[in-house]
Amino acid sequence: MRCPPWIVAFALPWLAGAQAPSGDAILARVDANIGSDNKVTLARMVVEGRGVTRTVESRSWVRGMSESFTEYLAPPRDRGTKMLKLGDQLWTYFPESDRTIRISGHMLRQSVMGSDLSYEDLMEDPRLTALYTARIAGEEAHRDRPCWVLELTARKPGIAYQSRRMWIDKARDVALREDRYAKGGKLLKTTDVLEIERIGTRWVAKTVVFKDVLKSGQGTRFELVSIEFDATIPEHVFSKAMLRK
Amino acid sequence: MIRFLLKGLVRDRSRSLFPLLTVIAGVSLTVVGYSWVRGTESELLHASAAFSTGHVKVAPRGAAAESDTASSELALDHAGALVGGLRRRHPSLGWTPRIRFGGLLDVPDEAGETKVQAPVAGLAVDLLSSGSPEPRILNVGRAIVKGRLPAMADEVLVSDQLFGRLGLRLGETATLISTTRFGSVATANLRIVGTVRFGVSAVDRGALLADVTVIQRVLDMDDAVSEVLGFFPDQIYRDPEARALAEAFNAAAASRPAPADPDLAAVMRPLRDDPGLATILDLTAVLTRALIAVFVFVMSIVLWNAGLMGSLRRYGEIGIRLAVGEQKGHVYRTLVAESLMIGVAGSIAGTLAGLAVSYYLQEHGVNIAPFLKNASMLISDVLRARITPGSLVVGFVPGVLSTLLGASISGAGIYRRQTARLMKEFEA
Repeated sequence: MRCPPWIVAFALPWLAGAQAPSGDAILARVDANIGSDNKVTLARMVVEGRGVTRTVESRSWVRGMSESFTEYLAPPRDRGTKMLKLGDQLWTYFPESDRTIRISGHMLRQSVMGSDLSYEDLMEDPRLTALYTARIAGEEAHRDRPCWVLELTARKPGIAYQSRRMWIDKARDVALREDRYAKGGKLLKTTDVLEIERIGTRWVAKTVVFKDVLKSGQGTRFELVSIEFDATIPEHVFSKAMLRK
Repeated sequence: MIRFLLKGLVRDRSRSLFPLLTVIAGVSLTVVGYSWVRGTESELLHASAAFSTGHVKVAPRGAAAESDTASSELALDHAGALVGGLRRRHPSLGWTPRIRFGGLLDVPDEAGETKVQAPVAGLAVDLLSSGSPEPRILNVGRAIVKGRLPAMADEVLVSDQLFGRLGLRLGETATLISTTRFGSVATANLRIVGTVRFGVSAVDRGALLADVTVIQRVLDMDDAVSEVLGFFPDQIYRDPEARALAEAFNAAAASRPAPADPDLAAVMRPLRDDPGLATILDLTAVLTRALIAVFVFVMSIVLWNAGLMGSLRRYGEIGIRLAVGEQKGHVYRTLVAESLMIGVAGSIAGTLAGLAVSYYLQEHGVNIAPFLKNASMLISDVLRARITPGSLVVGFVPGVLSTLLGASISGAGIYRRQTARLMKEFEA
C-alpha cells in the first residue's frame, strides 16, 4: 500500500527530529544529567607546575545551582582556605592572613588555588541552556564513544566564553570534551574527560583534565573522589560566618 | 694676511653675515638635537637599569627569555650563595637581589571584608640591611612623597597614585594576594608606611615596594629570588665591560652541572641585551648619526649656494684681482680661508648657543607624562637634554667642514674664468 504524500510531508520532519534532536535539546539533556539537587563532594585537584605537582583536596557542599561552600583540606599550605558562593557573589577566607576577601573585578580572572580554573569558571551558571544556544556541528567519536559535536554561542554578551565546542556522549548525555573560545575566536581553555562513572541514574565525570591554553604547564587534573546526591545540608553551611569557623 | 681677510669680513658684512647666521643656526640645532638624544637615552638607560635590568642582570634562563614577566615560578635558588659569590668575584660592582611579583592589594573595611582592591606591580628589594645599595639605586629617599621608609619586614611603600586610588591611610594594613612559586595562593597583611613617586609612569601607576625577606616568606621563595642586579659604582653603563663580565659568568656557569630544569639555569645579561632596550638604543645611535649627516649635507648645500651668490656679487672684484695678476689659486685659497674663519666663528657661536639651550633643557626638562598614561616603557616622565663632551664637538666639526666644503665647491668657479676675456667683461 502506498502511503499518501500528505502523511509523508507531515511525518518527515518529525522522523528526522527523532533521529537528530536539536542542539538545544541535547544541551537540555546535559543539564538534566547534572541535576539541581543538593550534593556533597570530595574532590582532588592535581596541578602540574614547573617541576612541582601539587595535589589540592577539597570538600564541597552544593545547594541547587547557585550556592556552594568549599573547604580545602590539603596541602598544608592551603588547608583551612574556604570559599562561599551565594548567587553571583563569591568570598574566600584565607587563614594565613585571617581575611575574608570578596572575589570580584580583577580577581575573577585569577587562578583558583594555582589551577587552570579561574574564579570566573566557578561563578558560571552550570545550566548551559541558560547561557548558550546550541547547534549540532557534526558527529564524531571521542575515546571510542559516539558523540554529538555541539557549537554553543552565548545568548548575551559579557559571558566568560563567547563560544564553546562540546563533544556530548550520545547515549550518556555527558560532555566528554570541550573547547572554550573568547569573543575573537581565540581558544582559551580545553577540558578532556578521562573517566566517567554511573552513579545512581546519572553519568558523572570522575576525572577531567582542565587546561588553560594561555598558561604553561600540563594542566589540572580534577578527580572526583566521592559524591553524595540529594544530601541533607544544614542551612548554616551557606553563611559567611562559616568561613571563619 | 689673515688679519687682512678678517678686516674684509668684518667691514663687508654682506660677505659674512648670511653664512655666519646659517652656520650658527645649524650648529646650535645640531648641539641641541644631539644633547636631547643623549639625554633621552640616558633617562631610558637609568630608569631601565634602576627598575628592571641593572647594568648586568643574573636571572633564570626561562625568565630572561620571557623578558618582563613577574612570575615567581622561575626563580634563582641558593640566592645567598649566588650574591655572595658575585660580590667576592666582582667587588667593584654593587650586587643586589630582587623579586618581581604581581598580585592584588585588598583593603579591608571595618568588618575586615573587602572594601576596595587593585592590581599591583610588586618589587621586593633589600630595604632593611645596613649598607644595601638599593636606597641609592632607586633614590628612595627622594622618591618618598608621604610617610617614611620601612623599618620592619611587614612594612611597605606604595606608589602615591595607588595610595590615592585606593583611599589608603598611612599606617593602614592591606592584604597582598599573590601566588607562591609553587602555584598556591599567598596572602599577607602588610602595613603601608609611605608613598613614593619615582617619576616613571610605568612604575608609579601601581608599584608596591617591599623588603625582599618578607616577600621570600610570603611567596615560598626561601633563599630564592627572581634576579640579581649588578651596578657599576659610578652608575654609568659601560657596554664592553658589562658584556665581558656576562660572557665570563655564562662561560663559567656552562662548565658547571646544569639544573634539572634548564629554564632555571642562571644566566647573566648586560643591560643592552634587554630585548626592548636594544632596539631603542640602536635607533638612538642611528638617529644621532643621521642628524649629523643631514646637518653636514644640508649646510654644505646652503653654504655652497651662499658661496655662489657671494661669487656672483664679487664677480667684478675677483675679475680685477685676476686682471692685476693675482693667481687663481691664491684667490681660491683666500676665499677658502675666509670661509674657514666664518666657519670657526659661526661654529663657536652656534655651539655656545646650542649649549645654552641644552643646559636649560637639562635643568628644566620637558614633561611627557601625559603621553605615558598607558606606557609600559621604563622612562622618566620628564625628559631632559644631557650635555656631554660630545656636545662640544658634534656641531663644531661639521659646522667648519660644511663651510669649507661649500666654499671649496663654489670657489672652483674661479678656475673657469678666462683671463683673456676679463677686459671684455669689464667693458660690458
